[in-house]
Amino acid sequence: MGINRRGFMKLLGVTGVTLAIGRDAVATTGKTNEVEFYGILYDAARCKGCRGCEYDCEEAHGLPEPLPTNKIPAIRQTDETCNTVVNRYKTSKGEVFIKRQCMHCNEPACVAACLTKAMHKTKMGPVTWDGDKCMGCRYCMVSCPFDSPKFEYHSPNPKIQKCDMCFERLKTGEMPACAFNCPNEALLYGKRRDLIREARRRMYEKPGLYTDHIYGEHDAGGTGWLYISPVPFEELGLKTTLQQSSYPALTKGFLYSVPSVFVLVPALLLGIHQATKNNGSRDENSDE
Amino acid sequence: MKTAMSNNSPGATDHDGKSIWKFLLSEMKPKGKFITPFNIISIPVMLLGLALIVIRFWKGIGAITNLTQEIPWGLWIGFDVVTGVAFAGGAYVLTFMVYILNMRKYHSIVRVTVLNGFLAYLFYAGALLLDLGRPWHVINPIIGNSFGTSSVLFLVAWHFLLYMIAELIEFSPAVAEWLGARKARKILSGMTIAAVIFGITLSTLHQSGLGALYLMAKDKIHPLWYSEFIPVMFLVSSIFAGLSMVIFEGSISEKVFFKQISEKNHQAQKSIIHGLAKICAGAMFAYFFLQLLVFIHGQHWSLLNTPMGFWYLLEMLGFVLLPMLLFIVSYRTHNLTLIKIAAIITMLGVILNRLNVTVIGFKWDMAIRYVPSWMEFVVTLAVIFTEIWIFRWVINRMPVLRDSPTWVNENM
Repeated sequence: MGINRRGFMKLLGVTGVTLAIGRDAVATTGKTNEVEFYGILYDAARCKGCRGCEYDCEEAHGLPEPLPTNKIPAIRQTDETCNTVVNRYKTSKGEVFIKRQCMHCNEPACVAACLTKAMHKTKMGPVTWDGDKCMGCRYCMVSCPFDSPKFEYHSPNPKIQKCDMCFERLKTGEMPACAFNCPNEALLYGKRRDLIREARRRMYEKPGLYTDHIYGEHDAGGTGWLYISPVPFEELGLKTTLQQSSYPALTKGFLYSVPSVFVLVPALLLGIHQATKNNGSRDENSDE
Repeated sequence: MKTAMSNNSPGATDHDGKSIWKFLLSEMKPKGKFITPFNIISIPVMLLGLALIVIRFWKGIGAITNLTQEIPWGLWIGFDVVTGVAFAGGAYVLTFMVYILNMRKYHSIVRVTVLNGFLAYLFYAGALLLDLGRPWHVINPIIGNSFGTSSVLFLVAWHFLLYMIAELIEFSPAVAEWLGARKARKILSGMTIAAVIFGITLSTLHQSGLGALYLMAKDKIHPLWYSEFIPVMFLVSSIFAGLSMVIFEGSISEKVFFKQISEKNHQAQKSIIHGLAKICAGAMFAYFFLQLLVFIHGQHWSLLNTPMGFWYLLEMLGFVLLPMLLFIVSYRTHNLTLIKIAAIITMLGVILNRLNVTVIGFKWDMAIRYVPSWMEFVVTLAVIFTEIWIFRWVINRMPVLRDSPTWVNENM
């Protein structure tokens, strides 16, 4: 039975590794709650739709210049050539603008999905992408409830493009380009906790101006970008049916079962194998 | 397909006195007729597929696929990988039956099933490389410079790799017999049980893991196909998907490689297929019951009366319940043809189910739907044909369907 013992040892080793890995995953998801993330508050009541932020974003990231307003449709999606768009919606309270980009979730689905840690939730809050690690599997795109990551389908060396909250600027102490340049103060950069407080203050001071919902406070488990608006967010094309808890939590049950399966199933199989070992002659004639 | 059946065929003896390299070189040459209907169809498709792959690496994935920013995974993942791996599930089910439960009856089809499983993983995981935008970074999650351990895909990637090794070990005695390596065969066959136990454990996790990949796409998959039980569904359906494939593949091999199969195994075939039909029916009953529970629990009655609802009913009634009943009837009446028909319907049902989760039901409410381009189909076909070529090459050389050389039993 020497070989069997060796095989068993091998299994034991793999099991140990899996257990260690499993524990690591628990630790990383738990820690995120203790860190103070930065984010941006977008106020749809203040935005005049000048699209200055689109130009600032393009400049900060070296992307192609956006088309002028008379040449674009009212509603667009971000894509691999632009990280943010300002859309114009005709709503129950007239024309309202809304800026779209990556939401920088507190517990991002894309980061949990990434098998190479190319997608990374930084301690400051931005979710960034690392081209040296990414293998281009696009599982982040499948997982993201906002469809934020965009892929360069027409490049032999494709990149994932999305808003990175100007992480390079943040590292040097600057603000994100869009929030820094917004002429109407529709964008406010700060600690997420302070932004929520500020959003509540605005709602309190101007009763009736805003709907009673800070989009991103709980949606998808909380996001770095927060929205307040004079009209319900459905009218602005935001998904309001997203779950209120984080998306990585959906795979937690499965991932937690992995160590138990790795311990219990081989033991069970080995047991059955030993128990049925001498049944060979009987099985030959049986029906099964 | 002409193959010498005598014990003097290469592999049975020490390469007829030739050196190992000369032997390998002679084995590379094609055997049998070259102009066959299969070759005439497959060769142009494979060449066209190769040309398309060159274009894909030169101009990007978008050049030959219809994938979009909203639909990042299409036919290559939904069919080649997710469905292909389900069909490869026969290997872990059969090794469980033969090596763990010691059901000796099925021993004669283990090798061909394991070979099939191994090649399926090799080629469909290989097809994954075509779908990766930056495939040169594919080793990142393996060599350990960046372990994304919270990712289901990380688990699946590792399992693919480890399972391929396990299946290679399970199959390796056949290679040793082909090469006439007696000592190596003894060592390798001693590792079989360990590889089998390891392989089954890996299979339970990555068959379900392929379903778990889609758990985070909660808002994107049609509610009739999305539930937190997708992993369980994928695991249970991989049992009958794999066994139906074994029945289907077995009935083709029996004709194509007729001369290789010994008289004893020919006779055993019937009883084997009956047994497999019974297991399929049992697994499908469990699966159907699970689906029913999930459906009732999900309270989606109102969705049934929609186009997607009819589609769902077609899958559940026409491609799960119907073949299950056919399996039961054919098992009771000992009707082999009916078993084969049931196996084919079951396989279509598995394809339908996997595509419904990954492609058809994915963003089902979008105005512009994803339809694979003809080039995606050609590449998929080219991958499948290449796999069949390799499969045929191995079958014609190694003792997979035919009996092992006589020295194997002498040594035992």
